[in-house]
Amino acid sequence: MQKITIEPVTRIEGHAKVTIHLNNKGKVDRAFLHVNEWRGFEKFTEGRPFFEMPQITPRICGICPVSHHLSAAKACDRVVGVTPPRPAQLLRELMHMGQIIQSHSMHFFELAGPDLLLGFDADPAIRNVVGVIQANPELAVKAVRLRAFGQEIIRKLGTRRIHPNHSIPGGVNAPLSEKDRDEILSQIDDMTDVVKAAIAVAKGWYDGNMEVVNNFAVFPTMYMGLVDDEGGLQLYDGKLRLSDRTGKVLEEFDPQNYLDYIGEHVEDWSYLKFPFYKKMGWPKGVYRVGPLGRLNVADKINTPMANEEFKNFKSIGGGKPLEGTLWYHYARLIEDLYAIERAKEILLDPDVTSTDIATDYAGVTGEGVGCIEAPRGTLIHHYKTDANGMLTKVNLIVATGHNNWAMSTAVEMVAKTFVDGKKLTEGMLNRVEAAIRAYDPCLSCSTHAIGAMPMVIELVEPDGSVIDQVSRS
Amino acid sequence: MTKVKVAMDWLAACAGCEMSVLDMDERLVQLLDKIELTSTPITDLKHPPKDGVTVGILSGAVNNTTNLEVVKEMRERCKILIALGDCAVFGGIMTMRNFFDMNEALRRAYIETESTVDGIIPSSEELSKPILTQPVNQIVKVDVYLPGCPPSADAIHHVLKELVEGRMPILTGENLKYD
Repeated sequence: MQKITIEPVTRIEGHAKVTIHLNNKGKVDRAFLHVNEWRGFEKFTEGRPFFEMPQITPRICGICPVSHHLSAAKACDRVVGVTPPRPAQLLRELMHMGQIIQSHSMHFFELAGPDLLLGFDADPAIRNVVGVIQANPELAVKAVRLRAFGQEIIRKLGTRRIHPNHSIPGGVNAPLSEKDRDEILSQIDDMTDVVKAAIAVAKGWYDGNMEVVNNFAVFPTMYMGLVDDEGGLQLYDGKLRLSDRTGKVLEEFDPQNYLDYIGEHVEDWSYLKFPFYKKMGWPKGVYRVGPLGRLNVADKINTPMANEEFKNFKSIGGGKPLEGTLWYHYARLIEDLYAIERAKEILLDPDVTSTDIATDYAGVTGEGVGCIEAPRGTLIHHYKTDANGMLTKVNLIVATGHNNWAMSTAVEMVAKTFVDGKKLTEGMLNRVEAAIRAYDPCLSCSTHAIGAMPMVIELVEPDGSVIDQVSRS
Repeated sequence: MTKVKVAMDWLAACAGCEMSVLDMDERLVQLLDKIELTSTPITDLKHPPKDGVTVGILSGAVNNTTNLEVVKEMRERCKILIALGDCAVFGGIMTMRNFFDMNEALRRAYIETESTVDGIIPSSEELSKPILTQPVNQIVKVDVYLPGCPPSADAIHHVLKELVEGRMPILTGENLKYD
């Protein structure tokens, strides 16, 4: 047997490598996604005061620091046993929408976009955001502005674009001024048009590439995401809904009780753990999260333009969940549209400039779980403290982790479809990477536990000896 | 005018420094007229070119055996090495792990966490091994230190612009911050 290694995997956030094992006939036998990084946040936060977590945990990930900032703050709300006032919750959700806009937009234009806009087989030297800028400067400038718009929402609330300082136990530390509100509102319709333009580009790509979409890592799983009481998509708060491959709802639960439903499996060959639905066990209980998972479990989207797209999304599978990995890109853009519409709703709410932004607290309860939908999927922070509020146990289940099995499976399926051991081409290997990229993995997040994502492809003999290695330098 | 070749890579990091690079917004697009990005986490070249680059940029701390190789390769292939962000400059938040026994930290992550079922500590030969967390200058010589968590887009722009124009950058005022 031979082994192909791709290292590092690029245009993803973090460090990984892929090994593809070939059988004696040169066909793909198995493929593995190795996440090669571990940093130790669950241990080194022990002994720290709980209220430091909204500042420490964003350092897990600089792409979605707001997710950790908010999950930490929500867990801290529970640790002190109070509910933030409504204006504080609106401001937290607004910051979250800013993050969804910047993260989803960046993924489409800067990370996955080069594959879609320039082609999987384009010259790797230009198959990147610079190539996109050169191929379509007008669209690229709009993309830069859209990402900056999301980042500026975060900065206006939390004084910094990355690792903001805003949410605290019981609320937030600063109100939104009318001037800042009006500035964001003045751009929001133009930015909505950019997202719509991106959706039009994506739909054009799907129309021309349905054969690829229908043959690129299509497989059944369960799906999970936050919804409200009416089954509407939620990103900041709600109940976790788990649905099966036909769309039947299996569970709806309060995230405080996540340990009753979610377990994590460990494999020797990856620093990223594999969450699963406990009642079905590993590996039968695997599910997917993130944009595809969320839209597959939701019944509707609560904003009008995104809901129109959502209806179109649902019609593709005749109301059933979509199983194709490449549908993540469409789902991500629909959420981008939702985030921008929802941001506008929040900004038009009279409470948004209120100064009633924090609830006082007196003691600590000793435990709290915070859960939100990060751009890449469900994020859970779970803290236990002593009577003085010093952390004794920290457990983090991070968005990309839930998709670990799916990414590994997608890699193996795409390898089996496109990689022929007798002749390796760069484009084949890029398709394997694209399978991972579709999940927009955030391996810094997922390996808070330890982490990094490069890509090497090695050909390995059945006895384990490496006979060939391909990298792109 | 030939463009200045730049290579970037990340070590034990959060990608916040890379996001701050993107936060240069339109200024980044303008800089691309003067610099050529070779290997970076957002392009598809995997290693700095063998014939070298003028500027190498590393973010993140060194905390595993793979990081050691990445740092050495970057140093060999670049003329001017920038340590980007607090983790690369002095180890940053990653050094908090150094206060714990490595095996205890691994046990917490992969065996003891409340949601983990039948855990083991990953130890496949495919994976790097964790080591004591260190800043980049404990492994190789660093030419430019750009601290911050992350450094602001303004500070990054200042450094790159100075280098492109042939001057060694000096950080002062708002551009020199350690948070």
